[in-house]
Amino acid sequence: MPTHTFTLNGERVTVDVEDDVRLLWVIRDMLGITGPKYGCGINVCKACTCHINGKAFNPCSVPVGAIHESDEITTIEGLADGDDLHPMQQAWLDRDVPQCGYCQPGQIMAAVAKVRQCQREGRDLDDAAIEEIRNICRCGTYQRIREAIKAGADNM
Amino acid sequence: MANHRFAPPKAKEPGTGLRAPLGRRKFLGYLVAAPTLVVAAEFTRQTVFDGPSASAAPIPSAPQTPEAYDLLDLLRDASRPTANLIRIEVNKDGTVSFALPRSDNGQGIVTSTQMIIAEEMGLEVEQVVVTLADARPELLFNQITGGSSTTFTTYTPIRVAAALAQMRLLDAAAQILQQDVRTLTARSGLITGAAGRALSYGELTEAAASRVDEQVEVVLKPREDFRIIGKPHNKTDARDIVTGKKCFATDLQIPDALPTVICRAPDLNGTPDSVENIDEVRDMPGVTDVEVVSTGVAVRAKTFGQAIDGVRALRVNWNDGTVHGESDETILAKLRAAELPMTVPAGVGETVDASFTFYFKSNSSLETNCAIADVRGGRAEIWGPMKNPVTAQAAIARKLGIPQSAVTVHVTQGGGSFGRKLFWDAALEAAEVSQTMGKPVKLMWTRADDSRQGRVHPMATSRIRASVTKDSVLSFEQRHTSVATDFTHGLGDAITATGARAPLGNLTFAESIFELTQTTPYDYGVSTRLLNEVEMGFNTSSMRNVYSPDVATAREVVTDQLAAKVGQDPYEFRRAFLRNDRMRAVLDAVAKEGRWGRSMKKGTAQGLGFHTEYKGVSAALVEIDCRPETVNREIREGVTGPRVTRVTFAVEIGLVINPRGLEAQIMGGINDAIALILSSSLHLTDGHFVEASWDNYFYTRQWNTPPEMNIIILDSPGDEPGGAGEFGLAATCGAIACAYARATGKTPEYFPINHKDPFPFEPKPLVPPIPESPTDGLRHTY
Repeated sequence: MPTHTFTLNGERVTVDVEDDVRLLWVIRDMLGITGPKYGCGINVCKACTCHINGKAFNPCSVPVGAIHESDEITTIEGLADGDDLHPMQQAWLDRDVPQCGYCQPGQIMAAVAKVRQCQREGRDLDDAAIEEIRNICRCGTYQRIREAIKAGADNM
Repeated sequence: MANHRFAPPKAKEPGTGLRAPLGRRKFLGYLVAAPTLVVAAEFTRQTVFDGPSASAAPIPSAPQTPEAYDLLDLLRDASRPTANLIRIEVNKDGTVSFALPRSDNGQGIVTSTQMIIAEEMGLEVEQVVVTLADARPELLFNQITGGSSTTFTTYTPIRVAAALAQMRLLDAAAQILQQDVRTLTARSGLITGAAGRALSYGELTEAAASRVDEQVEVVLKPREDFRIIGKPHNKTDARDIVTGKKCFATDLQIPDALPTVICRAPDLNGTPDSVENIDEVRDMPGVTDVEVVSTGVAVRAKTFGQAIDGVRALRVNWNDGTVHGESDETILAKLRAAELPMTVPAGVGETVDASFTFYFKSNSSLETNCAIADVRGGRAEIWGPMKNPVTAQAAIARKLGIPQSAVTVHVTQGGGSFGRKLFWDAALEAAEVSQTMGKPVKLMWTRADDSRQGRVHPMATSRIRASVTKDSVLSFEQRHTSVATDFTHGLGDAITATGARAPLGNLTFAESIFELTQTTPYDYGVSTRLLNEVEMGFNTSSMRNVYSPDVATAREVVTDQLAAKVGQDPYEFRRAFLRNDRMRAVLDAVAKEGRWGRSMKKGTAQGLGFHTEYKGVSAALVEIDCRPETVNREIREGVTGPRVTRVTFAVEIGLVINPRGLEAQIMGGINDAIALILSSSLHLTDGHFVEASWDNYFYTRQWNTPPEMNIIILDSPGDEPGGAGEFGLAATCGAIACAYARATGKTPEYFPINHKDPFPFEPKPLVPPIPESPTDGLRHTY
């Protein structure tokens, strides 16, 4: 069986599994990292949003065989610096954003990447930029998410 | 920028109110014999001290049932005989534990329960540990989470138990410190004496324990002394959520409970006849088991991805489903045939006749149906997010052919419910699969399963006939006709669930729920509301309320039409016809804060909606933008359409435990209402629902949500909490529909308004039933 090695939340991991198994299931079912959630499996709901080399992506739509040894994958569990929360996580707490919380790991990972993208491209983090975020929150916490993204961005 | 805030509480007027101050009432608590302090609430004799309140205001026309006794009262009265089994325990580490017999799916009842106990016991919120109780059949009617009833039904018994615990701890401290109990103060889990010596609850719990079961009279903390209840508090699981630690059912690591997915029929509720290649699929990578079960073919594998691959590879011959060949049009025709007649003939005054259709809607939450089951050796252990765990336990026992006492049901934190988790579909299936395979399984519905085969809010029509004269409304009749709503969950117990399964039992139950929840809030003369339901083989359940959003939408749209008939402004008209001042207060609040009547550009408009339920009153003022440049915005694989740009919502709902939690519930309800009126529905075609994922079913997204939202919580003289979970929807639905009609000059006849538009997507195949996961995810990084 093929072996796959990559970096997950700062740790080197190796798994034995077929190339075509999507990374989400490798992370959740084989490595036991359950922050990224299943919500659709077809890159629509974005509940599984993680980072690959600092950029947002959806592991439900990436075969593990497409991941290179040099790739660094970060899930919500790897966003904080030890006990020090990432500014976006802190903004989420300050505004009491979550309801059920199922989509929120993906929302936070998407928000961090969107802020970085805007910074990289020299764009304002305005309503139009926030409305590019496709993550679904079925509890409807969107207004608090919008406020938290702006507040989190101020500290990034 | 969103702007949500709270109205400043009004100064309290002493000596007003209908009841004696809360502090004077006495309740019976219950000491439980145990090595450490364990208390329970005796609730059954509450009526001896304080009977249920009746509506206070004189009402000019005939009172309607919910004004005197509503669904919340029913749910509470059903729980009265057994609520005394609710226990609070004081632990030796100073924390206080309570297993809440309810299901939290994000509505924040764990946090509000921690607040209630902390308030009564002089603790910090974080010192109270609230978990979700396993299924406890001895609670009989007391383990349903539904109808926005949790806080209303549990508030007093939990406080009684907490107050008794506090009293015992103080008495124990008084003895140890040799001081009069009145000189002691309790704060943050410490009891401090006059000399400054402090004892922690942990140190006191053994001394405070009772050797015998005993009834004790207790007095509750008066409202004016509250320091926690009524103040905004963040959700206590928020840190776990933002760090990815919050554990949902599929996150649980139960040994050997491997991922399991079911291959389902193309028809709704189709069943497997034969499988052509079962052994071939058993040999696929990662697959451990493939078995035929009653709802399809179950595949168990090392990962969910491999289980899905197994499902996709299966070649199954299917039997027809329960609505084979049916479509939206055939179902609507059957509903029309079942509509009950009006009693007032047309032609009395000027008649307004209106008819609205509300299409099927999905109550799928982001966490799909899921459960873990381990059924071996004549016993079953089940984990899952369940709002009716006792009824689930009985159903699972029946299915497996084992005694109910051999089934343990653990309630997990749920990832949203919206009515879906009133039922236990995944738990029942997981139990069957585990029994068939003889192994533990972690069963999850895929999104396509959840959308196409999961429960739906039933299609319904609402007809209204009103007769008006120049300045008055003589009659207002509403006939709501719905595909049957499944109430076989009963009141969370085996007895009423059995009753609802009996012939005509479900319709009786549905009519009772309708009668107990629906009120026409306006003085419209002869006013009748009737429900008829038709069983047609769908999987239904409530969806953040059962009837109110649809009933209110129809009523509010016609209310605007009546205002036009008599030549009045929609706000002035509502104000004149609302039944009492409490109702007018929320309407006035949104009109003022939302600047009713301000000048609006062509193609944009304001709209109003009002609703009363759950012991509360609510009003919404919505602004909508229907200009072409907004409606035709392009979003890849998204629906844009008219945009709600601003919502002002006012609510007064009795005693609010956690204003921040209430605000969150209202915000969610508003975002739901936008989807229900403008963008999200299921289409029934040839015996199946078309929509298979979130790129087909258009729940509100960031690009649909209002940039401005203002939620106003009005101070209430009430000393009991009402219900929050579903209250944001109905008034908002009505307001959006009215705003849309005013902006476009067209009154919609069906909802959502885009239901008959061409599909903005290519329908996903029915066979295999699960779409393949893409492989190009790395091309869409940002």
